Amino acid sequence: MEALLSLFVKAVFIENMALTFFLGMCTFIAISKKIETAIGLGIAVVIVQTITLPVNNLVFNLLKENALIEGVDLRFLGLISYIAVIAAIVQILEMFLDRYVPALYQALGVYLPLITVNCAILGGTLFMVQRDYTFVESVVYGVGSGFSWMLAIVILAGVRERLKYSDVPAGLQGLGIIFITVGLMSLGFMSFSGIQL
Amino acid sequence: MSASITAGWNSEVRKVLIDPLITTNPITFQILGICSALAVTGSLKSALLMSLALTTVTAFSNMFISMVRTQIPNSIRIIVQMTIIASLVIIVDQVLTAYAFDTAKKLSVFIGLIITNCIVMGRAEAYAMQNPPVMSFLDGVGQGLGYSLILISLAIVRELFGAGTLMGVPILEVVSKGGWYVPNGLLLLPPSAFFLIGLMIWAIRTKYPAQQEKADFRIHDKQALGHR
Repeated sequence: MEALLSLFVKAVFIENMALTFFLGMCTFIAISKKIETAIGLGIAVVIVQTITLPVNNLVFNLLKENALIEGVDLRFLGLISYIAVIAAIVQILEMFLDRYVPALYQALGVYLPLITVNCAILGGTLFMVQRDYTFVESVVYGVGSGFSWMLAIVILAGVRERLKYSDVPAGLQGLGIIFITVGLMSLGFMSFSGIQL
Repeated sequence: MSASITAGWNSEVRKVLIDPLITTNPITFQILGICSALAVTGSLKSALLMSLALTTVTAFSNMFISMVRTQIPNSIRIIVQMTIIASLVIIVDQVLTAYAFDTAKKLSVFIGLIITNCIVMGRAEAYAMQNPPVMSFLDGVGQGLGYSLILISLAIVRELFGAGTLMGVPILEVVSKGGWYVPNGLLLLPPSAFFLIGLMIWAIRTKYPAQQEKADFRIHDKQALGHR
């Protein structure tokens, strides 16, 4: 239990998906203008990450040597299977929400399909494979890494809502100043890296 | 046939090959494929390998998608594109693990993440779905080179001033080895990539003011204040 808790804290703060590994940067920068949309997207990422990581963990175990076919190592099919699982789960989740929770579906809108190409999701799976997590660990890591990404995008959206009132040099306006802001946030999160768990 | 190619070389080919280097650069202008640009630029070697991998994947995925573009039903095109891209990335991944194992290990998950790199998908959607295979291939090469240019220049700055080396070869003698250069450790840390890209965008947009974004709010009229 203690090990799982420290895995969660590590995933959220020390190995923050967005600010330490820079995953999911495209959506991170494109969709962080308002806090509400950032929260919506963040929740969607947490849900998808929590479902896909354990499923991909099962897929990974199927692809291991001698797992599916005796004497055949199918690990080279890993990448294509993971991305197919992610795309399928996003699609199913979209249909499920549309049918049973229309309010949430309306709120998430276009962000759900976008999650398929969010590298934080595939990145989480690849880290899970690289570190050889067990099924329970992959559930905890899924919740933690999804939450870490949500935390980062909500903080950035908060900063950006204030930033629009400030006087930024013309060439730095928009994208340039966001990069520098994210750099400073990432520098802040680096201070967690010294924590021993 | 050859006449049309030479005629095309001047306008169209140059446009798809040269424009992405600075003016429509995928990273600084289109905001695509930023993740890897930040994470792998700590050393020049990994940046070079990553650039090579991405350029190969973008060029070939553009070409193959363009070849089948008339056959793909519109509703499932994303899945088809994804399958083509993922297969190419698997090939690149296998080749790299076979021939450049150490560097490939250091790049860890980022080779696999080329699948979700927005440059590859973005170009497939924006260019390859409307254009013939050869031009799409060149477009992929051009976009890949634009990406490589940013990655390599970032990596040169970060490795040279952060560790005093290039490709692992000492260029500036660092103090710890009896030299004169005190390395700037911040440049080896990931956040420095953000600062450098931010400054790079600032430089490019100062040169091409047409790319500048409008502020949401105008704080005050500087001209009017000055004349008061």
